[in-house]
Amino acid sequence: MSVRKGLLASLALAALAGTAQAADEVVVYSSRIDELIKPVFDAYTKKTGVQVKFITDKEAPLMARIKAEGANTPADLLLTVDAGNLWQAEKMGILQPFDSPTLDANIPPQYRSGTDSWTGLSLRARTIAYSTQRVKPEELSTYEALADKQWEGRLCLRTAKKVYNQSLTATLIETHGEQKTEQILKGWVGNLATDVFSDDTALLQAIAAGQCDVGIVNTYYYGRLHKQKPDLPVKLFWPNQGDRGVHVNLSGIGLTKHAPHPEQAKALVEWMTGPDAQALFASLNQEFPANPKVAPSEEVAAWGSFKADSIPVEVAGKRQAEAIKLMDRAGWN
Amino acid sequence: MRWYPISFSIAALVALPLIVLALSWGEIDAEIWAHLWDTQLPRLLGNSLVLVLGVGIGVTLLGTSLAWLTALCEFPGRRWLDWALMLPFAIPAYVLAFVFVGLLDFAGPLQTLLREWFGSGLRLPRVRSTGGVILVLVLVFYPYVYLLARGAFLAQGRGLTEAARVLGLSPWQAFWRVALPMARPAIGAGLALAIMETLADFGAVSVFNFDTFTTAIYKTWYGFYSLSSATQLASLLLLGVFLVVLGERHSRGRVVASSEKPRTAPLYRLRGFKAFAASAWCGLVFACAFAIPLAQLLAWCWQRGRFDLDERYWGLLWHSLGLGATAAALCVAVGLLLAFARRQTPARPVRAAVGLANLGYAVPGSVLAVAIMLAFSWLDNHWVIPLSSALGGAGKPLLLGSLGALLLAYLIRFLAVAEGPLESTLMRIRPSFAEASRSLGVAGPALFARVYLPLLAPGLMSAALLVFVDVLKEMPATLLMRPFGWDTLAVRIFEMTSEGEWARAALPALSLVLAGLLPVVLLIRRSAASAAGRDSTVGRGVQAPA
Repeated sequence: MSVRKGLLASLALAALAGTAQAADEVVVYSSRIDELIKPVFDAYTKKTGVQVKFITDKEAPLMARIKAEGANTPADLLLTVDAGNLWQAEKMGILQPFDSPTLDANIPPQYRSGTDSWTGLSLRARTIAYSTQRVKPEELSTYEALADKQWEGRLCLRTAKKVYNQSLTATLIETHGEQKTEQILKGWVGNLATDVFSDDTALLQAIAAGQCDVGIVNTYYYGRLHKQKPDLPVKLFWPNQGDRGVHVNLSGIGLTKHAPHPEQAKALVEWMTGPDAQALFASLNQEFPANPKVAPSEEVAAWGSFKADSIPVEVAGKRQAEAIKLMDRAGWN
Repeated sequence: MRWYPISFSIAALVALPLIVLALSWGEIDAEIWAHLWDTQLPRLLGNSLVLVLGVGIGVTLLGTSLAWLTALCEFPGRRWLDWALMLPFAIPAYVLAFVFVGLLDFAGPLQTLLREWFGSGLRLPRVRSTGGVILVLVLVFYPYVYLLARGAFLAQGRGLTEAARVLGLSPWQAFWRVALPMARPAIGAGLALAIMETLADFGAVSVFNFDTFTTAIYKTWYGFYSLSSATQLASLLLLGVFLVVLGERHSRGRVVASSEKPRTAPLYRLRGFKAFAASAWCGLVFACAFAIPLAQLLAWCWQRGRFDLDERYWGLLWHSLGLGATAAALCVAVGLLLAFARRQTPARPVRAAVGLANLGYAVPGSVLAVAIMLAFSWLDNHWVIPLSSALGGAGKPLLLGSLGALLLAYLIRFLAVAEGPLESTLMRIRPSFAEASRSLGVAGPALFARVYLPLLAPGLMSAALLVFVDVLKEMPATLLMRPFGWDTLAVRIFEMTSEGEWARAALPALSLVLAGLLPVVLLIRRSAASAAGRDSTVGRGVQAPA
């Protein structure tokens, strides 16, 4: 009897799948590059049979495209890095909130939008990297202290045009207010050893080569370089452990307002916050899983644990424009 | 009369994104403009000016001196340097920039080696500096001046320059008083192209983190999320590009075509130190602009790139080649229509339409890409979807995200690239050929297939190759409008460089450079053939169908 029932059910399912074949797909616009997402989508397709189609580009053009396509967009999900970008997407009105007990259970609230429009998937700390040859970790304390005279001619920074630095500045403004933040930034700029870099990898290599002694980078860039060169004379330091903690940002995903396949899209997002996907997704780029129940990869765990800043990541978006103007005034290019 | 609708509809297609740019002025964000004006624009305009001046002077000096040496003198190595100096054409600016910084910056292999030899206290001039970015752009863009000036020097013929010599002018005096003034329009045209490319460049300057007007466009869009302010800035940049074009047209004046026989033997035989200096100078430029960057790309490919030589790489290559070839065919076909329209109906409205259709190339690629995307999605939402629903169709967007739309975007951007060589080839075919054919009863499609096509073949070939390489290099429109799964080599370079993984960008970059060599080699062979005897190809072509 039960066998027959199962057979009937699977027949019905097959019929359903047959008629709904075109709908068995999810479309993602992603600013994470191909090799950091495709393995996750492939795993999902293997597990469920649902095809995941995607294109990659920078976040601003992707968001402009979703907005221009309006009600006819083929995109179900927007996958991007930095909470600032997700906040902008929400503000542009191209995302829709969705309730999900699964998400509530998997991802802590400070890594999600206040209106449930998006959720974080993986975390990266933007922290201090230092030369093991010329700096003792005891000399380091906070982001703010990098503005001290002690670091004159020893600091390296990435360009202020990168959203990661804009978000870090936004949290400084949230903590200290505009005036003090401007002083800190001016201190940093005054301490620069050389012109700002266009990427974090080049910055880390400059520390290793002796052009400067300290810098601020995202953890995964360190992870990648360290994997290539295990004897890299550079280490990570977790600042502000006595107060608010290390600045943490995320890579996250949001459901578009006019998603053509909302149910499939929600299912994919829920799966992505679960244990299997979290481990895979985070380890592809040596990030921390946003789901606290999932352990980071061995490599990432080796950097040690730290206290993370508990400011909601959304602040990055709210104060982004303010931060850029402040950076411009401080002469951080 | 039938040329009117054809030329007008092509012009309308190109005008669409330009209208989008103009419409952005409808809504002005005063706060952003005030901030830009207070903290950014003066510095950025200054930077852009310094860049344009530096690159302008650099490409003029480099291009003219190299062209004069290889065209008029004889020295060891001249024979191969003559064509080898054109090869840097194949290297995209963003590729040379990341190779240059990766190789020469403080943490790069060269300075690391020097520190090992001379101690860790060694400090060399900064690489990521105004001088560095100017040097890279000069090395990338000097071939424009070199190519055009070389052609002009060669075309000056033996009579004039020998007369100068007989009248007692030293080579130096002859250069200043005869050769240079006659080559000035050509040098000016090359200079204008180099300046246009410099103004529109984003990839190279962002590797150096050198802020220009173009980087401000991106900052406004990506940072402030104000697409309208960004497009407003872009339309101002477009205005600057127009000024350059107008300036060039104005200073060109009347081009006096040389009717002399081109020289075959060199005019000055350099000996001793002079010969050595000429070889060293040309060789140095070739090494810096081509040989060393190519070697570095190969080294990176060996270190990292070869592990990426997988199925995915072949997919990227296939997509790039496929898109390039299809877009080239499309651009050549449409360009041919325009060239014929102008030839058969030289009325003012048609000429204006053809001029408008060629404007796409003057707009910075990334801005044009957004404008095309906005225009196509507007068409989708307001025309395609209502129409298809009314006809009982699916009511889905058909343009954006389709292969067709991407090809149209390439057409809008690169039509001018195809039209140039087509038009100059078509101009050389005398109307009497067509008249004679008609009198012999060959008209319509047969006339085109049997008379025009064989005569046009070389022009078609170079137009197609130029578009092909430009499409391969194109990044912003490909990124924004490619169909799902259609990643190309340029997309891969974007992904890797955006992560700072320059060594892994080397494999797709090297593939682009090698593909880019195709039209350069063709150009070299053509210029060698035209030096051997002008119009001989046209002459040969006529006999075949008869």
